[in-house]
This record gives sequence, C-alpha cells and structure tokens, in this order.
Amino acid sequence: METEKQLQRLNERLAYMRDIFADKDNEQVRQLGAETAGYALRAPDLDARGRRDALLTLEERFVSAEGILEAALTPMDKVRIVRHPQRFCLRDILENVYDGYTEIGSMDEHSIDPAMVIARGYITRRHGKRVTNQSVMIVGHEKGRGEEFRNGGSAKPWGNAKALHYMKVAETENIPVHAFVFTPGSYPIEDTPGAAQQIAANIYGMASLRVPVIAVISEGGSGGAEAVALADRRLMFSHGYYSVISPEGAAAIEGKPGPDGRVSHALVEQCALRMKITAEDNLRMGYVDQIIMEPDLGARPYHYDFFRSLRQELLRVTDEVSISVRGLPLFRALRLRSRHKRAAQGLDFETSYVRWNLPPSAQVRLVNRRHRKFRGLSLQAARDLTPLSRRIADIRREAGWIVYSRFRHDMLQKRRRDVSEYVEEVKSEWTLFFERALAPLHKLAALFGRASGRLSVETVRELTELSEWNDNQEQRGRRWAYISAGAGEDRAVSCPNSGIHGCLDQWAPDLYGEFAGVCPNCGHHFPMEYQWYLHNVFDEGSVVEFAEDVEACNPLDMEGFSAKIAASRQKTGRKSACMVFEARIKDVRLITAMLTGDFRGGTVGAAEGEKFIRAAERAARMRFPFFAYVHGTAGIRIQEGTNGLIQMPRCTMAVRRYIDAGGLYIVCYDTKSYAGPVASFLGCSPYQFGIRSADVGFAGPAVITETTGLPVPPHYHNVYKALARGHIQGIWDRRELRFNLSRALLTMGGRNLYYR
Amino acid sequence: MLDISALLEEIKASPYEETVVRAPHSGSAAFPENLASGTQVNGPSGDFRERPGTLLACIERERNLRAVTCPERGEIVAVHRELHGSFVEAGTELVRLRHFLSRAEVEERILKKALHLFLAPERARYYFTPAQDIKIKTAGPKSVSVRDGEELFIMSRMKRETPLRYSGPEGVLYAVYFSHAADVDTGHPLIGVCPPGLVGQVEDVVARVRTEWKETS
Repeated sequence: METEKQLQRLNERLAYMRDIFADKDNEQVRQLGAETAGYALRAPDLDARGRRDALLTLEERFVSAEGILEAALTPMDKVRIVRHPQRFCLRDILENVYDGYTEIGSMDEHSIDPAMVIARGYITRRHGKRVTNQSVMIVGHEKGRGEEFRNGGSAKPWGNAKALHYMKVAETENIPVHAFVFTPGSYPIEDTPGAAQQIAANIYGMASLRVPVIAVISEGGSGGAEAVALADRRLMFSHGYYSVISPEGAAAIEGKPGPDGRVSHALVEQCALRMKITAEDNLRMGYVDQIIMEPDLGARPYHYDFFRSLRQELLRVTDEVSISVRGLPLFRALRLRSRHKRAAQGLDFETSYVRWNLPPSAQVRLVNRRHRKFRGLSLQAARDLTPLSRRIADIRREAGWIVYSRFRHDMLQKRRRDVSEYVEEVKSEWTLFFERALAPLHKLAALFGRASGRLSVETVRELTELSEWNDNQEQRGRRWAYISAGAGEDRAVSCPNSGIHGCLDQWAPDLYGEFAGVCPNCGHHFPMEYQWYLHNVFDEGSVVEFAEDVEACNPLDMEGFSAKIAASRQKTGRKSACMVFEARIKDVRLITAMLTGDFRGGTVGAAEGEKFIRAAERAARMRFPFFAYVHGTAGIRIQEGTNGLIQMPRCTMAVRRYIDAGGLYIVCYDTKSYAGPVASFLGCSPYQFGIRSADVGFAGPAVITETTGLPVPPHYHNVYKALARGHIQGIWDRRELRFNLSRALLTMGGRNLYYR
Repeated sequence: MLDISALLEEIKASPYEETVVRAPHSGSAAFPENLASGTQVNGPSGDFRERPGTLLACIERERNLRAVTCPERGEIVAVHRELHGSFVEAGTELVRLRHFLSRAEVEERILKKALHLFLAPERARYYFTPAQDIKIKTAGPKSVSVRDGEELFIMSRMKRETPLRYSGPEGVLYAVYFSHAADVDTGHPLIGVCPPGLVGQVEDVVARVRTEWKETS
C-alpha cells in the first residue's frame, strides 16, 4: 500500500514535469517516464523489499533529474510553474506559515469574491519564558486547485475593495499586513466600483497605510498585482513572475496571431524572456527586495521546509521594517546591523521578539520611507538629457519657489489671515456703529422722498432678467486659436451617429474649424489633436514646458523597439508620450501633465512616469493646482515590462503626496483612456471628468470577452456609462473645456485656496 | 369574416418580402464585385446587432466614402450595376433584395391580421388587474374573454398606478405581448384579442405554419 502511494506521488511529479515542459521534447522527462513505466511493469514480480529499494532508487533519480531540469528552466517554464494546479496556494501558506488564522468574509465559493482571501492570522514567538502571538492581517489571491469559481486568482473589483477595507482595518488595529500575490491580472469588468477605479483606490490607499506592509509575489500579473502589492518590502518566490502583461498577451501584441487566433510558442517564449519577468530580473532592476528560494522546479504543498523558510523570512522582514522606523536613528541602525549579523549566524527569528505595532511618529517615518523607496525606482529606465546648465537653473528656480511658497503660504498667508479676520471684526463693529449714528439722517431723507441710491440700468437688468447663454464666455465665441489640420481638407465627414440621429454630413473645414470637431446635430466629438487643447484651453502664450528632455527609451532592449520609439519621435517631434508644463487659465496658474495619444498610443513608460511625478512635485512646491489631461492612453507600455508597471504605484504615490499636502488634482479624459494609468494615478483623483464621446475603462471589449466570456455591448466604455457607474464625476463639452476647467478651479480650489 | 387559410395560401404563394435599398444621399455609387443576383446577403448581426450587414454599395460624396449595408438577411434580386461609377441622386434604387419569411414572421403576420391588437397608450409598465392576472397564470391567457370597456390593465408610471380599460371588439385573449416589470413603448401592442369563433381556426393555421413552413438557410 505504502509503495503504491509512493508510486502515485512519483507519477504526479512526473505529470507535473511533463506539464512544465509541455511543448518541449525533454530527454530527462522522457527517461524518467520510461523508468517509472519500467518499474510499474516490474513491480508485481518484486517482493516488498525489492519494491521499496526500487522506488528509493527511482526517487533519487527524480531528485537528480529535477536538479538538472531546474538549471534549464526558461522564464516561460516558470510561468507554467506558477499556473500549475500542483503549485502551493494561499491556503497552504495560511496552514503552514501561520500558527492560527481566521478567514474573514469567505468560505469557499460563499464569498463576495472567492479570488481574494482575507484572514486574521497570528504567529507565535517564544522569547525566554514568554510566548507572544503576533497578529497580522493576511490579504491575498487564492487560485485554489481546480476551483473554477476562484477565476484563477483574478480578483473582481469588489474583491479588491474588500482587501483595501481590511488593510484599513489593520491600520486601525496597528498590525502589519502580509499580502500574497497569486494573480494573472484583475478581472476586467466595469461594474461598480470598476476594475480600474478600484485598483486606483487600492494603490492610493496603500500608499499611505500607516502599518508595515510586506508583499510576496508568486504570480504578479499587472494591475491585479499592484492592487495589493504596494509594500514596504516586496519579496518574490524564486519561481514566480512579475510582469506588466502575460507573455501570451505580449506575444499577441508583438506578433501577428495565426488563423486560429494564437501566436507561436516560440514567440511566447521569446516575449517571456525579453520582458524580464523572473524574480532574478526584478531583483536586479530593484522592483523586488529579496528572493525566497523554492525547491527545484518550484514549491508544492508537501515542501514543508519551504514553508518553514518562508515563515522565517516573513518574520525577519516584518521585524526589519518595524525596527527601521522605531526609536532613535542611531539605535535603529545599530539594531538592524546586529540583527543582520545574527541572521547570518543562523538566528532563529521565532525566538526573537520585535514589536510590530508602531507609535505615531514611527508610522509617519514608515510612510515617508515607502514614498522615498518608490520615488527612487525605475530612474535608470528613462533617459534624462537635460543639459547641466538647465538642471542647475531648474534647481535654483525651484529652491526659490520653495522659499517663496514657505514665506507666502506658510508664514505670510497665516499672518494675513489672522490680520484680515481682526480687520473684518473691527470693520463690522464700525459699520454697525456708523449705521446707528446715521439712522436719523436716513429717516429724514426717506421723509423727503429722496432715495439713498439708485441702481444702474444694467444692474436692474441683471437682477430682473433671466440669464442667457453666453457663447463668448463659454466657447470663446467659436474663434479658436488653433484650427485642426483636418480643416484643411476639402471633403465631407459622416457622423457615426447619423444612422440613429440622422446627422447630415459635415464639410471638414466647418467641422474641424468652427465646430471644433463636434457634430452640430448630435454633439458627437470627433478626435482632435492635442495641440488644439494646448492653444484653445490655456491662456495664449502661457504654456511653458519643463522636463522636455526626459525621453522614452528601450530599457529592456526589446528587439526592434528602439526603432519604433525613434519613429514615434520623428512622427510627433516629441520625446515621450507625456508633456508637462506650467500654464494659465484666465490668469489662474496651474501645472498640467498631458498624455498624448500620438506617441505610442499615449502609453506610459518610465519616462512618462518620471515626468508625471516631476509635474506633481512641482505643483506641490509651487502650490498650484495640478491638471492631468489625457488626450489618449492605451495603458502601460508593455515593451518596458516592470519598468512601466512600477509607474502605477510611483505616480499614484506622487499624487497622494500632492493631495495630502492640500493640492487640487483634476483629471480630464479624452478619446480613449484604458488600463494601467486609469487604474492608478488618473483613477485616484477625486475629480475626474470626461470629454463627450470619450471612452474610459480598464480593458478593451475584446479582452473582456476573452477573459470573462461575456459579450460586451457597444459603447460599454463611453463616458456616460462611466458617469453612471460612478467612475467619473462629470462630462464636459470640448468647446467648453476652458470655461469648465476655469470654473472648476475656482469652485473647487478658489483663486488662492489650492492649499488648505 | 377573415379567411385565415386563404391568408396562409397567399403568403405561401409569395413567401418573401422585397426590400429596396436606396442611396441615402447623392454621390458616386460603386458596387462590390462579387455582388450579383442570387447572392445571399446578411443583415446586422451580433448580440447587440453591432456588426453591420453585408456591404451592398459605397457612395462617395465630396471625398467621403460611405458604406451602404444590407438591412436584413436575404437574397439579391437585382443590382443596378449600370450605376457603378456614376452619380446618383438620394433615393435612387441601388439594390433590390428578397427576404424569405421565417416561420416566426409568417406567424406574426397572420396573427396581426387575425387578431385585434390593443396598443399601449403611453410608455409605462403594464400589469393585468389582479383578478385577470390570477386567471391568466392558472389557466393561460386563452381562458380570459375580454369585452369593450372592461378594466383589464394597471398602467404603472413613475410609481403611480392607473387603471386602464380595454377598448375593442369582444373576444378571447389570444396573445400577450408584454412582460412583467418591463417598460412598454407607446404604440407597442399589449395584447392580441381573437374573435370567439376564430380561435380554433387561428390555432390550426399556426400549428400548420409551425409544422409545414420550410425556412430557407
């Protein structure tokens, strides 16, 4: 019986190997198969001892073969490992790493989202004679084993919302969060709260979570991973992957799918290799802090030594994060150093106790450290060719602004407010006294029938007549400062809604000229160049660009991508898809970051992220409102791999710093805005608006249908739907953008109230 | 009295509808090369009818090319190829196609002629009065006879319920065209009422259509 079980386990290991090296003719796997089959044939003729010996030999053979195969693993093999049903899952970690846990809000399929599991766990530590249970909030994706209802760990928006909720509970309870990432990506549906908006909310919330957060990545797929992986320390399993897109998805974009809609295995392998998705790659690039080693060919639920080492690592890292922000700086450094030394000597972290709850001052330090850590990431992935002289000039100018802002807003403004409050009080007292003193005179004047003052005709008209639509005010009297290139063509253009609303064809010079690309019948907005907005929204001549020499490059040396970037540069005359500038609207100064759809579809890579962050930081320094105009974005630039993906938390954290400091952040979407940027630094804004006819969402219709199997109705991502779902806060007409934005700046911030 | 069998024979003699596709506006017309008499064409498809039908013609006006697609499934009867490349006025016939009636369409046509349709007076939600509703649920609609002036419906609009009386000839409630808690547009039929003597005949013909009518692929 025992030998049969042993044989069954070996057969499972063999099946696992076959799955991992599925499309490869591997000699080792073939030999093992033959040897296992040979044993099965011989077994009936052997006595019990003979069977045991043969199995022992066979097992040794398996161990040796696994060692050989481990050395030959490709990135795509690792992808197959993390997706394999025999791989350990969150439940195994809960069972084997923590001493006890209570699952919160789920019991198998009875959950708001079975792909997201939350648990309150504890780890028991013994120090001397004392035993302490240290609580921790565990958040993570559960892939399950063959449990279809878990969607392979693809969390739905409400699953992510649950995760954020319990992370905030952890913050209230002052206990650390352990986040485990086992997701191929988020479940792409727009139903409220919406995949993109919820991921954005998660990243925004986690950016300033005042408790230690440790993330451990097994399968880190894009936005789904970012929704729980913004952490003080990011660990990664040695056989895991962390990527902006699945290798299959990247291959589908890079190469042309065949008639069956699939791309070749070779291209998928190549994409997995080029995108640098493995733990080693991510450690080298700095996106994870440490690798947790797994047994050969990846850990499975019976690798108990692996779980022991995972427990030790989690204890060590959580301790380190706590120590690194507690107490006096000198003692912190000494304590950390001594701990490192003792860890190298084999310290058992179970017997060493460190408090995980943090005092308020340490919480502030923790959040600041987290922000600094992410601010420093991916700097190597963008090229900054700003000349030294301009850099020095910029530094001097910004230093001047810091001094000026401190003086004006922190010192002068406060004093002025105090003085003005005092003056107002005195004035009101004086007015009261004066009115009383003059009351007899007023009475006399009334007796003689003399009116104390007559209203002008204009004021009477304003007070008594209904207001009328002011074309000059709201639409610049249709005298546009920039006319689209489309207006130069002598042709007619059909409105896509002509079948429904009976719109007549428009002559292009009219449509793209006077009508500003808006159908005069149904109001459909035809796409316009970003230059139109530059010239027609902001005050004339007020746009001053900065950081224009930060340029997009090819950090992963993807084949052929440098040429594509060069072609985009030549076509658009820009160095990246993001343009950041200072400008004025009706004399209100603001900082704007504009994602232009012309440059690589407005995708966000390291350069765009860096520019966006600099813009947010400049807005904070200068105490200006910050406006993000999205002319169009297709998402994160997949050719930059994790260098692009990391911009989601980086930029969101910059926005969080800005908003926390009291800034006003407004986002406006135009044409098409999808994926990562919407699911992070754009979607986190409390004031998001859409230009009519724009589309806003997480994934395109084809991806939604492919992932969920559900048909996507037409106009599913339209701004009206986004407004109805609560994703955006309003819809603006393109022609009235200047007016609306100006009004928003005044109503939401007030002329001098951008900083609270 | 309406002769339903004769009506069916009439439909059988000419089991299709002819649709004329005309130029939506003036311009230079062009036809796809493979379009000829006898070509099978499709109307809009997809779950939301989001995919347009077969391309029938293109009309170019002021360098604006506009596709004219097939509005329904059928077979091309005539293509006015003589207009290819020439200027056409709005409303000029471009293509004539024949749409063969499906079983459901024949049935609908017969019922439209045979039944008296009572139309929704306003866009609202409609319910049967409780007494009639119970009858319909237990014994089916054909168990209910209606007469002119009878209070038959409750019209619910913005949470305000108003009784609605049936007006029309007396008869048996043969078909119900609205569903519970769904908005019905103004002018959409609510019920079809069959004269008492015709019920058996209508049922026979419908059964014949269901068994005998051959649908073209």
